[in-house]
Amino acid sequence: MTTYSTVNSRAPRLDAPDKATGSAVYIDDIRLPGMLFGAMLHSPLAHAKILNIDTRGAKRLSGVKSVVTYEDTGLIKYGVSPARYDELLFCDGKVRYVGDEVAAVAAVDLETAVEALSLINVEYEELPAVLTMEEALAEGAPLVHDEYQRNIGAEVHHEFGDVESALAQCDLVRTDTFRSKRQDAAFIEPQGCIADYDGRGYLTLRSSTQTPHYVQRTIAMVLGLPIGKVRVVKPYVGGGFGPKAAANAMEMAACLMSMKTGKPVKMGFTREEVFLHSRARHQFVHTLTTGVKKDGTIVALKNECYLEGGAYTSFGIATIYYAGSLLGGPYRLQNMKYDGYRVYTNKPACGAQRGHGGVIARAAWEQQLDRIAEEIGMDPVELRLKNMMEAGDVSCNELKMNSLGMRECIEAVRDGSGWKEKKGRLPKGKGIGMACGFFVSGAGFPIYRSDTYHATVSIHVSEDGGTVHVYTASAEIGQGSDTAFAMIAAETIGIPLDSVMISSGDTEFGIDLGAYSSRQTLMTGHATKEAAVDVRNQILAVMARELKVDISELDIKDGLIVFKHGGVDFSRLRARYIREHRGWQGIARGNDPLTFQEAARIAYLARGTIIGRGKYKPAELGGSHKGAAVGTSPAYGCSAQVVEVSVDMETGRITVEKMTDAHDCGFAINRTSVEGQMQGSLSMGLGEALYEEVKFDEKGRILNPNLGEYKIPTSLDMPNVNPIIVESHEPYGPFGAKEVGEGAIMPTIPAILNAVYDATGIRFQELPLTPERVFMALRAKKQKP
Amino acid sequence: MKTMINLTVNGTKHEAAVEPNRTLVDFLRYDLELTGTKKGCDMGECGSCTVILNGKPVNSCLVLAVQANGSEIMTIEGLKTAEGLHPLQKAFVEKGAIQCGFCSPGMILAANNLLQKTPTPTEEEIRTALSGNLCRCTGYQKIIEAVMSVDKQDIP
Repeated sequence: MTTYSTVNSRAPRLDAPDKATGSAVYIDDIRLPGMLFGAMLHSPLAHAKILNIDTRGAKRLSGVKSVVTYEDTGLIKYGVSPARYDELLFCDGKVRYVGDEVAAVAAVDLETAVEALSLINVEYEELPAVLTMEEALAEGAPLVHDEYQRNIGAEVHHEFGDVESALAQCDLVRTDTFRSKRQDAAFIEPQGCIADYDGRGYLTLRSSTQTPHYVQRTIAMVLGLPIGKVRVVKPYVGGGFGPKAAANAMEMAACLMSMKTGKPVKMGFTREEVFLHSRARHQFVHTLTTGVKKDGTIVALKNECYLEGGAYTSFGIATIYYAGSLLGGPYRLQNMKYDGYRVYTNKPACGAQRGHGGVIARAAWEQQLDRIAEEIGMDPVELRLKNMMEAGDVSCNELKMNSLGMRECIEAVRDGSGWKEKKGRLPKGKGIGMACGFFVSGAGFPIYRSDTYHATVSIHVSEDGGTVHVYTASAEIGQGSDTAFAMIAAETIGIPLDSVMISSGDTEFGIDLGAYSSRQTLMTGHATKEAAVDVRNQILAVMARELKVDISELDIKDGLIVFKHGGVDFSRLRARYIREHRGWQGIARGNDPLTFQEAARIAYLARGTIIGRGKYKPAELGGSHKGAAVGTSPAYGCSAQVVEVSVDMETGRITVEKMTDAHDCGFAINRTSVEGQMQGSLSMGLGEALYEEVKFDEKGRILNPNLGEYKIPTSLDMPNVNPIIVESHEPYGPFGAKEVGEGAIMPTIPAILNAVYDATGIRFQELPLTPERVFMALRAKKQKP
Repeated sequence: MKTMINLTVNGTKHEAAVEPNRTLVDFLRYDLELTGTKKGCDMGECGSCTVILNGKPVNSCLVLAVQANGSEIMTIEGLKTAEGLHPLQKAFVEKGAIQCGFCSPGMILAANNLLQKTPTPTEEEIRTALSGNLCRCTGYQKIIEAVMSVDKQDIP
């Protein structure tokens, strides 16, 4: 077994000391000289024609430096998937939701900018709005976008195998419909940005983004700038979870106003604007038909899904594909049919959120499998063990499992939770439930069609040889990617972690598609490792030449040069290093082993600055059908979970008592960070299962755009989790690593649903399980004879 | 019309002229440039702007700067000691209690306030004391573990 010095440990995060002392810099902590403050005018109506925009009053206000509307921008449409660029920086002909962007102002201070907004006079002609999928799909309904009939913005139809004839041969076929609610990602830091256009025509945007690369491309496209003149820099980001994974109108407005004024322009969302911008989890309505044999073999799945998308597409094309393709695993399923429809409504646009597209499909199916297990008299754990995939399996939709620790996960939660002793034996009001999960480890393809690398990394060695500096454009948003890459670099080169510096989140540092689809550890990890190998090889090549030994005789371990068979005289090199650094502290002397630091300095003298370069893009991935690009990944994570709940049978209040979770992350680069992702995912899943719903009034206005009424779990709601790390050693992951950041949320909702059924005998087909919903169901059950 | 206020922040006396509608969080962040205090909702709901006002944790977005006239305030910048990280900060670092870090300053101050009053709190007491500080990243568990791990002997 390989032993490691740095990876697989519990090394404290590199950014934690600065975050603990308040010295870590987030976007709103930055102030530039001469900076202006911007604010955005949002539509107050869900659907209306814009007849006229009069900005004269705003422009006359003292202190106002720029007022911009669609007249100041080209009408270049943008979005996330090129297949559906359906957004304009500012609305031209009409507004499509309460919150749609109409104009922006930059002024000497925020108060003046906000006052100026009130002086912009917009004449609207209100149009009938569609606020639910039912309304939007109705015959003759008003259209959100004229070119999409019945408001269906996108649809997907897939069939693998032959579902109808497979269902005909099943012993049991069940159909259930499951309905979730629109969510907010509720990261604690609202989005913010500062745009700074300099005298030479170079634009720097600092932004709280998950994807500097995509933001750079979108800004360049919309504002008509060469990519090389747009730099996007990400400071520390206070959580993202999906909605920060694409360019937003605020960023573009700030850039536009900075270009017009020649001054830096700062803008930030209020908490209400976070809700208005949304781009978080869609509402999903899944109707699933599953057929099984008497022995529990899952034979066929028919999945029909409607997604409420809001006014624009955002990530929705990917979402709609994921809502189908991710049920291809982790069970052996030969026949699968999917029909997905994404429906436009006059509400804020939905997009990606942790577990993108797959969370509700998973919740619906894992609850249905629990029902099926009961009907055929099989333990739900056994049903899953019987059907699960293993390494080497390929799903019916061509997802290839190169590693899959599904069995280990299921057995770990079964044994770790006391499942056998508890299932079916808990008193009324107490319940236990289990479910599994499955997710990609990085999207196999970029969002735009391209052969681009997904990550490039460079590592520079300091001239004294003491420090290596990793440069990556990847996005540390709180998940711990910086620490993971520094650990990978340290391990690969063979030096201690505290000799590694990392700078990230800047488009000048390379190409990196960013923090989404659980891709950073695997993809940027690969590129980091390759760059580290390059550094190591360059330095060892110089050592081999200088010392006249074969390079295979040399190794680097714990910051020291190792001569595998000893007996190498390096005194000449040491003397040379000391001459270079006369009087410095901490320099090895005499018979001390030769250090990496000395070797790196000698290498520098021979070759100039030592820079290692690494890159990554996935190998050719399977899948030839249309849409195969969504769901294919170099690797797949999987998980299993057991949840115990107690339900107050009088009030309907659910308390989650205990959670046992096992996740196959391939290999834990940092064990503490892996557990943190598991615990955080479970917390978000718990909130979605029990509390979270963005609510609207009949005019399309959000009723609860704040963290008081949109309730996320507090420290009193979230129980302790027993996190079990399963390591299946993914052959295509760096050191065997794959995802944990999103897949871990997958089993939580269904495990809670199944536990609530165990406690109450009631199956809930609609989220969230608020006390009111549970109380009404308990009452209805009591009244039934 | 600005009003003069006098207050002590992290042991340093400040005299300043502030607008009557200036909130304490904005005063600390933008006037004193103590940006360790975070602003997540501006409505007293998330707790990331928690500071200690005359010995009590408050949401500084719900306090006007003029209301803090004559008071003593501790922000996260006041917790680090000359010897380095405060034991609670050290525990947050070592236990993996910090992910995005945006809630951490408020969370650490709220936890420190608890430890001042209740040196050996139960898990329930910690969870109650921190229930006004939202965290979306960690699921709270490693935060609770960090607070539990602090040896009261180490608290200055």
